[in-house]
Amino acid sequence: MNAVPRLHLESGRVVLTGPWRLANMLPELPELQQQLQNCVPAAATWDLAALDCLDSAAAVLLWRTWGNAWPADLHVSPLHRQVIERVAASPMAVAAPARQRFHPVEALGHLLLQALSHAQGMVVMFGQLLLDLLHLLRHPGDLPWREFSANIYKAGAQALPVTALVGFLIGVTISYLSALQLRSFGADIFIVNILGISIIRELGPVLVAVLVAGRSGSAMTAQIGVMRVTEEIDALSTMGVSRSLRVVLPKILGLTVAMPLIVLWTSAIALLGGMVAAMLQLDLSLLYFFDNLPRAVPVANLYIGLAKGLVFGFAIALVACHFGLRVKPDTESLSANTTRAVVTAITSVILADALFAIFTRHVGVPSL
Amino acid sequence: MSQPPVIELRGISTRFGSQIVHRDLDLRVDPGQILGLVGGSGSGKTTLLREMLGLVQPSAGSVRLFDVDLALADGPSQRMVRRRLGMLFQQGALFSALSVYDNIAFPLRELRCLDEDWIRRLVYLKLDMVELSPEHARLMPAELSGGMVKRVALARALALEPELLLLDEPTAGLDPDRSQNFVDLVGALQQALGLTVVMVTHDLRTLSSLASHIAVLADQHLVACGPKADVMAVDHPFISGFFGNDRRKLL
Ligand SMILES: Nc1ncnc2c1ncn2[C@@H]1O[C@H](COP(=O)(O)OP(=O)(O)OP(=O)(O)O)[C@@H](O)[C@H]1O
Ligand SMILES: [Mg+2]
Repeated sequence: MNAVPRLHLESGRVVLTGPWRLANMLPELPELQQQLQNCVPAAATWDLAALDCLDSAAAVLLWRTWGNAWPADLHVSPLHRQVIERVAASPMAVAAPARQRFHPVEALGHLLLQALSHAQGMVVMFGQLLLDLLHLLRHPGDLPWREFSANIYKAGAQALPVTALVGFLIGVTISYLSALQLRSFGADIFIVNILGISIIRELGPVLVAVLVAGRSGSAMTAQIGVMRVTEEIDALSTMGVSRSLRVVLPKILGLTVAMPLIVLWTSAIALLGGMVAAMLQLDLSLLYFFDNLPRAVPVANLYIGLAKGLVFGFAIALVACHFGLRVKPDTESLSANTTRAVVTAITSVILADALFAIFTRHVGVPSL
Repeated sequence: MSQPPVIELRGISTRFGSQIVHRDLDLRVDPGQILGLVGGSGSGKTTLLREMLGLVQPSAGSVRLFDVDLALADGPSQRMVRRRLGMLFQQGALFSALSVYDNIAFPLRELRCLDEDWIRRLVYLKLDMVELSPEHARLMPAELSGGMVKRVALARALALEPELLLLDEPTAGLDPDRSQNFVDLVGALQQALGLTVVMVTHDLRTLSSLASHIAVLADQHLVACGPKADVMAVDHPFISGFFGNDRRKLL
C-alpha cells in the first residue's frame, strides 16, 4: 500500500491518478489540499477517468474544492460519478441549535430547582419505604431475605478489614498527638477521657460513614444505575416485582442494620490503637485504661454513637438509591450520578452530625 | 500476481472453560470477497469475528489480518491494521455518552487530520447513506429505536472508509425495505472501492443477494466454505435445514 493519490495540471486540464481514498491521502493531506486549491483558478477540465478508486472522503474533498457545484467539464467513470453524486445529494448540515448563553441567575435557579427535585425525590422514596414496611408488617413473607442478608454481608462484613485498619491508625494518631500536649500540662491521665469521648461519640461514626459512603454508597448507585442502563429495572416491573421492595428496601434496611455494628467495631479498634499508643508514649497500663474508661465516658455516649451509625447508614443508602434511580441510560450520567451520590451522602452525614451535636449537647458529658 | 488474503485463520480452536466453541478452524478471505458466515445461534460466529479483530485470543491457532499477526504485532502496526477495518457489533456498541453525530465523527476526529467542515459533511453523508435524516444526528443512543441503532453503528463502521468490513447481523431488526437498501449500499461500496466484507447473518435474502462466498459454522467446524453455489450443493443436515427448500431459488 505505497501508492499515493496524485494530481497534475497540464494546460488547463487537471488529471487525477492513483487511489483517492482516505487511508492513502492521510500521509500527505495538507500538500494535497494545497495542490487542489492551486489548481482551481486555472482548471477548465477535470479528468478523473484515470482514478484507481474514489471514496466518499475524497469525493467530499473534491466537491468542496469545486465550491459545491459540478465543474463545467468533467471526465469521470460512471462508478465514480455515482460516488460524487451521493455527496452532491447529501443534505447540507442543518443549523446547529443556538447555544444557550450563560446567565448566572438562570444557572442559580436551575441549581435550586434541581436540589428541590432531589429533595422531593428522597421524600417520595422515604414515603414509599414506609408504605413498603407497612406492607411487610402485614405480609412478612414478602420480605426479600436473600437480598437483605446479601446487603448486610457486602456493606457490613466485607467492610470490617478496611474500617479496622483506618480506625486503628486514627486511634494511634489522636492518642499520640494528645499525649504530646497532655504531657506538657502533666495531665497524662486525661488521655482516657479525650480518646473515649472523641472516638466513641464523634470520630467512630463519622469515620465509618465517610468510608461506607465511598465504599457501599457508590456501589449501590452504580448497581442500580447499571440496572437502569440495561433495562433490568423495567424487566423487573414487567414481571410485577416492585422495584422499591426488591431493590431499594433491602439496600436501605441492610445498611441501616449494618452501620451501628461497623461503628461499634471501628470504635473498639480505634480505642485499642489509642491505648497501645498511650501505653508506648505515656506508660499508661492497659489495665488502668480499662478501669477508667467507664468512669470517664458515660455510657450515653455509646448510645449516641450507635444512634448516629443508624441514622448515617439510613441516609447514605437513601441518597445512594435515589441517585441510582436517577441515572439516565448513558455512561456519562452513570458517572455523574455516582459522584453526586457520594458527595451528597457525605454532606448529609456531616449535616446530620451537626444536628446530633446540637440536640445532644447536654447528654453524656462527664461531670468532673 | 496473487494478492495476500485479507483474513487468514489457521487452526483456530476456542474454548471457554470446558465448553469447546471452535475446533481447528481454517478460513481464508481474499480481497473483494463478500463472505456470509452462517451458523446456528450460539455456534460461535460472534466469537470468531472477535477473534479476527484480536479482541479475544483463540486458545490455539493464528489470525492474520492484512498479512499482520495481531497477537505478535507492536502497537503502531496494530493501530494501522485496525484503521483499515470497520466493525458493526451485534448490539451496536454506540458510545452512550455521545450523540449520534459525535459517534460517527469520533473515529474521524481521532485521525487528527480532517477539519470540522470536512467531518461534518462526511457525517451527514454517512447518515444519508444509512437513511437517517440530519435531525437524527442530535439524538442520543438511548433515544434511538433498535433498527436505528444498527444503522448508526453501520454509519460509524463506514466512517473511516475501511477496506474490510466486519458486520455482525447487520440486517437483524431492519424492515425488508431497509434490508434491501442495506444490501444495495454495501454492494455499491464493494463495487466502487473493492471492499472485503465478512458478515454474520440469518437473513436468507441478504445472504443470497449480497454474499459471493459462504462459510457455514456447525458442530464446532466450518462444514462448508467457498463460493455460494458450491456451498448450497453440499449435503449436510445443517445446510439443508438452514436453506430449506429455497436452495434453488437463492441461486
Ligand atoms: N466471554 C465468554 N465466556 C464464556 N462463554 C462465552 C463467552 N462468549 C461466548 N461464549 C459462548 O460461546 C458460544 C458462542 O457464542 P457466540 O456469541 O459466538 O454465538 P453466536 O454464534 O454469535 O450466536 P448468535 O447467533 O446467537 O449471536 C456460546 O455458547 C456462548 O455461551
Ligand atoms: Mg452473535
